[in-house]
Amino acid sequence: MKDQEKHWLVREKTIRLLWRGGLFMLFLLVIADFFIHAHPYFQIDGTFGFFSWFAFVTCVGMVLFAKALGLLLKRKDTFYDND
Amino acid sequence: MTMIDLPPSLVLIFGALLLPIVGARFRPMLTLGLPLITLYLVWNLPNGSFSNFALFDYKLTFVNSDTLSRLFATVFSIMTFGGSLFALKQKRVLELVAVFAYAGSAIGVVFAGDLISLFIFWEIMAVASTLVVLSAGGKRSYKIAMRYFLVHVFGGTLLLVGILAHIVDSGSTAFTAMEPNTLGTILILMGFLINAAAPPLSAWLSDAYPEASFSGAVFLSAFTTKAAVYVLLRGFPGAEILVVIGLFMVFYGIIYALLENDMRRILAYSIVNQVGFMVTGIGIGTEMALNGVAAHAFTHIIYKGLLLMSAGSVLYMTGKRKCTDLGGLFQSMPLTAVCSIIGALSISSFPLTSGFISKSMISQSAADESLTLVWFMLMAASAGVFLHAGIKFPWFVFFQKDSGLRPSDPPWSMRLAMILFAGICIGLGVWPEFLYAMLPYEVTYQPYTVTHVVQMLQLLLFSGFAFFIMLPLMKRTLTITVDFDWIYRRFLPLISARLLSVMWKIDAGLRRSFLSKLDSGLSYLAQKNAGSSSLLSRDHPAGSMVIWVAVLMAIYLFMSFIG
Repeated sequence: MKDQEKHWLVREKTIRLLWRGGLFMLFLLVIADFFIHAHPYFQIDGTFGFFSWFAFVTCVGMVLFAKALGLLLKRKDTFYDND
Repeated sequence: MTMIDLPPSLVLIFGALLLPIVGARFRPMLTLGLPLITLYLVWNLPNGSFSNFALFDYKLTFVNSDTLSRLFATVFSIMTFGGSLFALKQKRVLELVAVFAYAGSAIGVVFAGDLISLFIFWEIMAVASTLVVLSAGGKRSYKIAMRYFLVHVFGGTLLLVGILAHIVDSGSTAFTAMEPNTLGTILILMGFLINAAAPPLSAWLSDAYPEASFSGAVFLSAFTTKAAVYVLLRGFPGAEILVVIGLFMVFYGIIYALLENDMRRILAYSIVNQVGFMVTGIGIGTEMALNGVAAHAFTHIIYKGLLLMSAGSVLYMTGKRKCTDLGGLFQSMPLTAVCSIIGALSISSFPLTSGFISKSMISQSAADESLTLVWFMLMAASAGVFLHAGIKFPWFVFFQKDSGLRPSDPPWSMRLAMILFAGICIGLGVWPEFLYAMLPYEVTYQPYTVTHVVQMLQLLLFSGFAFFIMLPLMKRTLTITVDFDWIYRRFLPLISARLLSVMWKIDAGLRRSFLSKLDSGLSYLAQKNAGSSSLLSRDHPAGSMVIWVAVLMAIYLFMSFIG
């Protein structure tokens, strides 16, 4: 399918724009840390950009962990079919 | 009988029995009307105990009404109404009957004032929910329903033994807060936890719920696990073991949902994840935490119902359920896609949605109690929810790739149900005070501070960033992930088959050697007595045997005459 025939939301140009807009929003959110009064409970959660990098790192960790567990526990979805 | 004497639960349970009798034309009036009547009854209940019955020496209380029980009964009634609206196109009357008995018994559990009434409604719930799974029809759903039933019968047995032991111990049937420190209370806790899909018996949920019909799964998602949350909240607030169990459930749900390909199994694992947040909160046990749990159960029922409605709509319109077969549906099902996204944002506790005002109370309570590790894990889990349910579900179903499927949005009744629930999700997010006013303790918490909103947005959007960066790793495959149910579906049958085959072999050997010994012994005897003169000889004439039989019978006859 040619790009122009696709739904406007999935055209390459839109996706490029969405990525740029998204990254700009992430940037603004991190910058916002300068202007808010964090009231930390455990010290580190009051440091600059904590919630940003913490979310990113833990999510990458969870995906990698799931991937590793999948190597061990994944089976074809017909595994139980002759039950 | 005044209105107060009519337990709200019985409206739905007896209503269920009417459904097959009334014709197809009047059935929708009942399925939509009965939940509203129930809601009316619930809201008009004052505090206190009503509907008391005597059973032998025990007093049963079917309605013990307070803020907490009315909150759960309210959301159960709303769920039954919304689900019934969604299920108007459901032609299987058995499913509707089962659903109404199921919803009614869940409300019965919530209002039960003593442990015996609790057990009665608990078991009706187990049977009725099994029927919901079973009513999907076919050999496959029969097997799944039986597996589901066995787990719940096991849980019910633990609960019953626990209740009996507790009554003997304490001399009272009252259902009050307990500590898991006696055999009775520990068994009760285990029985409750099995219904909450806690480890190790958690796989019944992801095994059974996704196999129900497009509408059956919507109801199933709401009642069993949340009734379990309710009884844990009432029975074991502050039990520290629940923090550990809850946190395990939170991450178990995320990891398994990340690996899953079936759209409704993703949502099933995400139920375990969300119930994990609630179980953790119950373990923390402060007023703030318990308020958070109650609020989260309320919002969760609505947004999870909404998510399963959107998945049910896709299933209804396409007949497909695997992410590998789906994708690009937003083009032809825009309304379903939007409602699904609203549900997904709510479950991720995005600001201005219902999850934001409820879940943050639980994590706030961890911070207030200086539970460092718990708080950090809850934060990581909140990011993980956005990963596995908030983005993954809508992305793989409605976007991802163009699957070529162009189904339209579902019929109006299903659309209306989704719009209603999406409205509640946003409404509660924008006006949290409505929900806060219904909570068991006074709420001083303010969710909408600039700091909290910014921090939550950072957490969620960077989680989303991680999702799209890692997208190649998330590619769906035609696989399932082996879960705890492997133990009773594969391991135990295999072990018992092996064990039995060894036992059969030993048994056969023993029989053979016994028989050959017997054989040789008998032939030795026969040989020894071969002559016709000895007593056991085989050469005695048959005539002598007949004579002796005749003599014996004559004696018997004689004796019976003189007797």
